[in-house]
Amino acid sequence: MSVRLGSVTLPSPMMTASGCAANGRELARFFDIRELGAFVTKSVMADPRSGRGTPRMAETPAGMLNSIGLQGPGISAFVDKDLAWLKQAGARTLVSIAGNTSGEFADVAATLRSSDAFDAVVGVEVNISCPNVANRGLVFACDPMASAKVVALVREQLPRDTPVFAKLTPDVTDIVGVAQACVKAGADGLTMINTLLGMVIDTDRLRPQVAGVTGGLSGPAIRPVAVRAIWQTRAAMLEGRLPTVPIIGVGGVRNGRDALELVAAGASAVQVGTATFNDPNAPVRVGRELAELLQDKGFERLTDAVGVAHGRLA
Amino acid sequence: MSAATTRHTSQGSGVVQVTGELIATRRVGAYHHLTFVAPGLAELARPGQFVALAVGGDTSATLLRRCFSIHKVSPSGTYGGTVDVVISAVGPGTRWLSTLRAHDEVDIVGPLGRPFPLPTEPVACVLVGGGYGSAPLFWLAEALRERGCHVELVLGAATESKLFGVLEARRYGDGVSVTTDDGSAGTKGWVSDVLPDVIRRTSAAVVYGCGPMGMLKSITDVATAEGAVAQVAVEESMACGVGVCMTCVMPVTGNDGATRMVRSCVEGPVFRGDRVRWDAFVDGVCRVPADTVGAPRVGGH
Ligand SMILES: Cc1cc2nc3c(=O)[nH]c(=O)nc-3n(C[C@H](O)[C@H](O)[C@H](O)COP(=O)(O)OP(=O)(O)OC[C@H]3O[C@@H](n4cnc5c(N)ncnc54)[C@H](O)[C@@H]3O)c2cc1C
Ligand SMILES: Cc1cc2nc3c(=O)[nH]c(=O)nc-3n(C[C@H](O)[C@H](O)[C@H](O)COP(=O)(O)O)c2cc1C
Ligand code: FES
Repeated sequence: MSVRLGSVTLPSPMMTASGCAANGRELARFFDIRELGAFVTKSVMADPRSGRGTPRMAETPAGMLNSIGLQGPGISAFVDKDLAWLKQAGARTLVSIAGNTSGEFADVAATLRSSDAFDAVVGVEVNISCPNVANRGLVFACDPMASAKVVALVREQLPRDTPVFAKLTPDVTDIVGVAQACVKAGADGLTMINTLLGMVIDTDRLRPQVAGVTGGLSGPAIRPVAVRAIWQTRAAMLEGRLPTVPIIGVGGVRNGRDALELVAAGASAVQVGTATFNDPNAPVRVGRELAELLQDKGFERLTDAVGVAHGRLA
Repeated sequence: MSAATTRHTSQGSGVVQVTGELIATRRVGAYHHLTFVAPGLAELARPGQFVALAVGGDTSATLLRRCFSIHKVSPSGTYGGTVDVVISAVGPGTRWLSTLRAHDEVDIVGPLGRPFPLPTEPVACVLVGGGYGSAPLFWLAEALRERGCHVELVLGAATESKLFGVLEARRYGDGVSVTTDDGSAGTKGWVSDVLPDVIRRTSAAVVYGCGPMGMLKSITDVATAEGAVAQVAVEESMACGVGVCMTCVMPVTGNDGATRMVRSCVEGPVFRGDRVRWDAFVDGVCRVPADTVGAPRVGGH
């Protein structure tokens, strides 16, 4: 089940999803985090952030809405404490970074690069799905130009052999356009999808249920959206409209069959997010289930199943 | 022991994930008292900790776990270790749990969170429970008495049917006071009406509380005014219960005097009452106090 993502080879395609696994210690109580292809950390920004008030979540049919507000310790404390811990635990780490401005993304990448624990980093995932303060709060990933700028600035700060993945939002009319801009700017791969913007109203109090008013929708409810986004982007690669780069699939994966769906649409690796709240072992369990399914279906290597559905149109 | 019991956890991590078989379910006033066989959990658990139960079965569209204080554990019953919880059926998850029958199975993660800290000296303690918040206190009372502490219980609820464990309380406490808002049992009023007297009469050094947030705030106020330390088990909305989602945070002041939004599932649910920023809670919402580390700035996030 080993996969090649840019210049890096991982023993497994399974990963945690950013923001759904904290920074390692908590899930290490349930399984050996070295079993994962990579451990993906909560998006970290330049400074410490308290995040939003509560309530921060609402349960929805087959999913949930969250408005955490990127709570985190800031990149300095992150590299000193969390990344150092992940390194000593032997975890291959995909570090998720975020920023209010493109310059902040670059600063975060630079601090990460110069840290003592950088050798635990197998890649950087650029969470461009957060609002750009300089652009009246418009999410970077809704704008191909803004996305490209962030990716280019981050790429400059990191060694050539450190893969950079751009994490895209599905809340756009043309996700392929944003993907093209990111790859052109130097992204070695794409992670898709982030949460969808949603809203829940508390019908007892008749007011928005989460303190952030709107929030990100995740869980099995959004899997068809993830499959579609991955499919469209993979199709563009097959048609030569976009260079072929690896896609990390994420969105609503709860079992091996869900993971296989993302792989068949074009994902080379799979992240498990919200399902981890239901089953803390989900990221490794899904990997075992996926391996069994691939074997049952006669695939010798995961790579052979990546995008396989494109050749089998009904 | 249930044949279907599985166990997935890293060795020595202090937490287990097990398939729990329900062996007893009974109505107690407005609540459902459930006993599960949960091998490996009982031995690890301490009073004040909780369990996170998956609801709706394997293919349920209700993904988030539901958290419940551990009422009691028995490490070596006839069926192997068991864990008891007391459930108030209010929403889809708790209603589903309340309709389970003997031999049904539920995925259980626990024990979770930090337990009530026990005093090192045999001091007098008052244990205050609101509604099902009384559930974890009897086991705590037992642990305190083993240490030679004098234990008084104060149980309160809106009405008689919402009291939990009044009869048991006589066995676990050296003194028991009961209050109801409507006067249907015990003294009419709130626990905070009778609490000052109990603390003074017993010269209590520690007041333990478990119940709704508003009650925990008043327990803290009374304890502080009477020179006692309050240790309260809070209830914040939790999605994972294991520390990975960041939904259950509350503003709590640390040893260094700085306020941070901390996860109540891993740093709590038990906090020293005077460390919680009760001023931030208004009408079911908790705002981030302006002096919190990393608080949103004007023009920022
Ligand atoms: C540490 C702790 C101990 C608890 N102990 C008990 C107990 O002993 N007995 C008991 O009856 N209840 C207890 N609760 C509250 C119980 O967890 C909720 O009532 C229950 O999760 C509601 O689920 P639902 O499906 O009925 O409601 P819904 O509103 O449909 O739940 C939706 C989501 O919100 C969460 N949620 C909703 N209300 C609460 C709440 N009050 N607290 C935490 N999460 C909430 C649920 O877990 C779920 O993830 C405890 C909560 C915590 C955090
Ligand atoms: C509580 C929560 C917090 C999240 N935080 C982040 C984050 O910090 N950075 C990020 O890129 N994605 C974040 N996400 C999005 C997930 O990584 C993932 O893209 C999304 O939830 C879809 O996958 P899922 O359906 O498997 O959860 C978060 C999701 C949830 C539910
Ligand atoms: S409930 Fe998920 S972090 Fe506390």
